[in-house]
Amino acid sequence: MFLIECPWCGRRDQGEFSCGGEAHIVRPASPDDLDDESWADYLFNRKNPKGVHLEQWVHIQGCGRWFNAARNTVSNKIVSVYKVGEEPPHPEKRKPVPESGQ
Amino acid sequence: MSTPNATTSHLQEGLTVNSSRRLNFKFNGRSYQGVVGDTLASALLANGVIVVGRSFKYRRRRGIVSDGAEEPNAIVQLGSGATTVPNIRATQVMLYEGLEATSVNKGYSLDFDLRAIIRLAGRFMPPGFYYKTFMSPKKLWPFYERLIRLSAGLGEIPKSPDPDLYDSINAHCDILVVGGGIAGLSAALTAGLAGARVIITEQQPLWGGALLGRPETVVGLSSKKWIEQVIDRLKGMKEVKLLPNCCLFGAYDHHFYTACETRYPPGITIPEGEVRERVWKIRARQVIHATGAIERPLLYKNNDLPGIMLAGAVSAYINRWDITLSRHAVVFTNNDSGYRAACDLVRSGASVVVVDPRAASETNRYAKWSDQNRVEILNQSWITEARGTLRVRSVIVKRSGEGNQQFEFTCDLLAVSGGWNPVLHLYAYSGGKPLFDEQRGCFVPNAKIEGQQQIGAANGSFSLAACLNEGVEAGIHALFECGYSASVPETTEIESVEEQPILPFWRLAESGGEQFIDLQNDTKVADIELAVAEGYRSIEHIKRYTLLGFGTDQGKMGNIVGMAVAAGLLKQTIPETGTTTFRPPYTPVTFGAIAGRHVGPLFDTVRKTAFHSWHCSHGAEFEDVGQWRRPWYYPREGETMQQAVNRECLTARNQVAMIDASTLGKIDIQGPDAVTFLDRIYTNGWGNLKPGRCRYGLMLGEDGMVMDDGVTTCLGPNHYLMTTTTGGAARVLGWMERWLQTEWPELKVYFTSVTDHWATISVSGPFARKTFEQVCEQVDLSSASFPFLSFREGVVAGVPTRIFRISFSGELGFEINVNANAAQGVWDAIWEAGQEYGITAYGTETMHVLRAEKGFIIVGQDTDGSVTPIDLGMNWIVSKKKDFIGRRSLARADTKREDRKQLVGLLTSDPARVLPEGAQLVANPDEPLPATMIGHVTSSYWSENIGRSIALALVRGGHQKEGQRIYVRNRDGETIAVNISSSVFFDPEGERQNV
Ligand SMILES: [Zn+2]
Repeated sequence: MFLIECPWCGRRDQGEFSCGGEAHIVRPASPDDLDDESWADYLFNRKNPKGVHLEQWVHIQGCGRWFNAARNTVSNKIVSVYKVGEEPPHPEKRKPVPESGQ
Repeated sequence: MSTPNATTSHLQEGLTVNSSRRLNFKFNGRSYQGVVGDTLASALLANGVIVVGRSFKYRRRRGIVSDGAEEPNAIVQLGSGATTVPNIRATQVMLYEGLEATSVNKGYSLDFDLRAIIRLAGRFMPPGFYYKTFMSPKKLWPFYERLIRLSAGLGEIPKSPDPDLYDSINAHCDILVVGGGIAGLSAALTAGLAGARVIITEQQPLWGGALLGRPETVVGLSSKKWIEQVIDRLKGMKEVKLLPNCCLFGAYDHHFYTACETRYPPGITIPEGEVRERVWKIRARQVIHATGAIERPLLYKNNDLPGIMLAGAVSAYINRWDITLSRHAVVFTNNDSGYRAACDLVRSGASVVVVDPRAASETNRYAKWSDQNRVEILNQSWITEARGTLRVRSVIVKRSGEGNQQFEFTCDLLAVSGGWNPVLHLYAYSGGKPLFDEQRGCFVPNAKIEGQQQIGAANGSFSLAACLNEGVEAGIHALFECGYSASVPETTEIESVEEQPILPFWRLAESGGEQFIDLQNDTKVADIELAVAEGYRSIEHIKRYTLLGFGTDQGKMGNIVGMAVAAGLLKQTIPETGTTTFRPPYTPVTFGAIAGRHVGPLFDTVRKTAFHSWHCSHGAEFEDVGQWRRPWYYPREGETMQQAVNRECLTARNQVAMIDASTLGKIDIQGPDAVTFLDRIYTNGWGNLKPGRCRYGLMLGEDGMVMDDGVTTCLGPNHYLMTTTTGGAARVLGWMERWLQTEWPELKVYFTSVTDHWATISVSGPFARKTFEQVCEQVDLSSASFPFLSFREGVVAGVPTRIFRISFSGELGFEINVNANAAQGVWDAIWEAGQEYGITAYGTETMHVLRAEKGFIIVGQDTDGSVTPIDLGMNWIVSKKKDFIGRRSLARADTKREDRKQLVGLLTSDPARVLPEGAQLVANPDEPLPATMIGHVTSSYWSENIGRSIALALVRGGHQKEGQRIYVRNRDGETIAVNISSSVFFDPEGERQNV
């Protein structure tokens, strides 16, 4: 059970949130211009990194707002939380960390 | 930092046994007496009860071996009837007056049971026995299965619902200390003195841990006095929470821990309003694991005989409970802690022989003691065999060196210490990978985990001095991390003693016979040998093959020994072999504790509509739709369900009928970009929908699959009301919010759920207008001024309402939305007005039949997340002029396939035959099994209006197969001929709803 910092409400238990998967997937502006493969890539293919993963979360049992979180999938440490439309944390901060801790 | 008033006597009742207060209890039907302060295990030992159960697989007699959570043998069932609980360790239950316990594994009359039959096959069952023996002949499997089921499992589950209360509580603290032994108490005291919020848990009823069983001096006090004093001080600190009898059983991310507090042991009647067990959900900033260590057994022939105990437990039973366990004892130890038991045994009057595989040491501090007490110490010696039938009577000792001498010693007790395993479960649950320390002969914590510290015996530091000091240091470190300034408590000095290092050894190759590694599951050395001989290499596989550690004790005593034995056989080091995965819970947790208050009416939310009591008083049978309770049908006196549904269906088509449609999801949509948004989310266009008009819409996932449907109405400029399916309401609102917030934040549009605000009454049938106009006089209900798919506001029975001319039955219909608080009067008025036309209320079953007659789909019944609008034959609703969510996916190679499953109607050759929903369809009824399935039935009903059965189905390439004959193949092998038809069975032109 993570502790997640909602950008609007502050720190709350994971039970109040729901995860929407990988963030920063932009809906193609003109889907018709994409071939099947590119459309399928947008639709189905997702990253599954060992390390920091940028993902969407919604404070579903709270304010109902969607936001982004950078979470290390090994340690489950949440590196940073930022609003939709904001820049993700600097890539340097996204390097995988050793398995046994920080 | 005040020292509270000390009331030191009986701070912990039972810290010293109070032999003046006697308690009566029963074990396996026989009456005994114990004293206040006893555990069930100590009371049994004090009564000379040596055999406490039978082993799981071989029915061997077993006795108490430990004094803690690791106990594999003394597993009992406590209490009776609805509150009985199995699989409780007798070592962890404080005795109470009237306690009744039975061994979970006593067998029938302790001498014969089903497993004796299994034993006929061969003396012992090898690993894989069940797989190997019972797989053939196949026909006998049901017999075998019954046999296995009868003999499997430990204990009995209660036969009726548990009447007791359980609950859970969330707690937060700066520092969580797990374990109330010397290390944990020392850490908690340090943290508490600085004013930090501290929670300390201890799984046993009493504080003190291993110290309770050791008559040592701590900071100038006797160990008991020291424990009392620390507990007393902690109790005086208002930010410190002490939780005895509380087993911390799980560790999760971000320092979230779960613990189960036993407030009243099973079998005790609890006071009104009290809870039996409470689950603590603890979120801490810093966590200190002071979980102690578990002593290891050693391997030799018949090492499972009753009368063989762990050395630490022997000390505890002598010191803490004042039990004389033995007159002639043998101690078998590869480390110094066995000598403590030897000292305690000598003090309690026993003659003692110590068998120690280590060479005699010049510095052995026990040398003088042994001379004085006539204790024989045999160095470089091993026990190869224990002998006895009912209990241990003698041991065979082999001494290396001159001629490999062999001795036999008579004894009534064998105390064993093979070293200690730090309890690293919580560390491992948190992702820690323990490291094998060759010198200390045990796994110890390796890399630090942020916010966690392991101290004392859990850290492989076994001396009291180290435990005390590491407690203080960990407390200070945790305080620092939490931003407190710490002061070191008064000097904490314990005489530090030089110990001779352990000689870790796991087994003697020449010891034969039955050497048990896992006493609860009867896993022997020979089983591991067989597994390795059969090619198993991974310890995880060996574990599963031999059932090592699969008991309710999860192999706390034997697992590491088993891994070491496997490592030896595989000619690997212990680190190469590794450990199996540690998984919560640490000790078994009852379902009652896990369920907590979420039972009975609190199990799930029940949503009722504004008309619920009317439905009840009119005899409705209810159906659960999500959390909603919806009327299913309204049987009249003597009617079967089918008769009631037939009557409701006929009335709705020929007269007038009403249904409570309040559960439909309703979302209020406002804002200048509302139309833009609707255009993107629905497959059809919304730009030309004028205020006062309604339109049916279909929603897809981005993958092109149908997700929800419903009617949306333009209430006014930039103002819409969307309806969704009952089950999809929350999902659709969440879906729209997600697109708005994450993809199109520039759109000015706002969504509000108004499902509960509006109650909905749907009136339909040829007499719907005649009925409704009696209660709604201001609105012109004629088709000319209020056509199908339009909306008006109007007062009904004195209440302002929204009126929609829409219909899910295909009949002339009005759907009325009214504020839920004023809705019953409107319902009653319509009901009254309809009486002269024979109005009936109908439920969900009739609603389903009526819509199926019209071929209207139900999303989630006729679709399953793999169905496009094209598959449904709903191309008419898919706009070609705009983009919308899911549109591109309809042009994917897979969604364009012509042999996709498509929605069709099915008519059985025998019109009376109603197909089972979910039935599989085949083209060729004679094809041998497994047959090629070409689709399945999604909806199937008897239609009284048409006078025959009707069904909807998804059939491969079905749109091109109208008129063809296919077959349903039932599970029992029966085939039913059906003809593919149009999915619209009634009023195909749709005339009736427009009148
Ligand atoms: Zn929030």
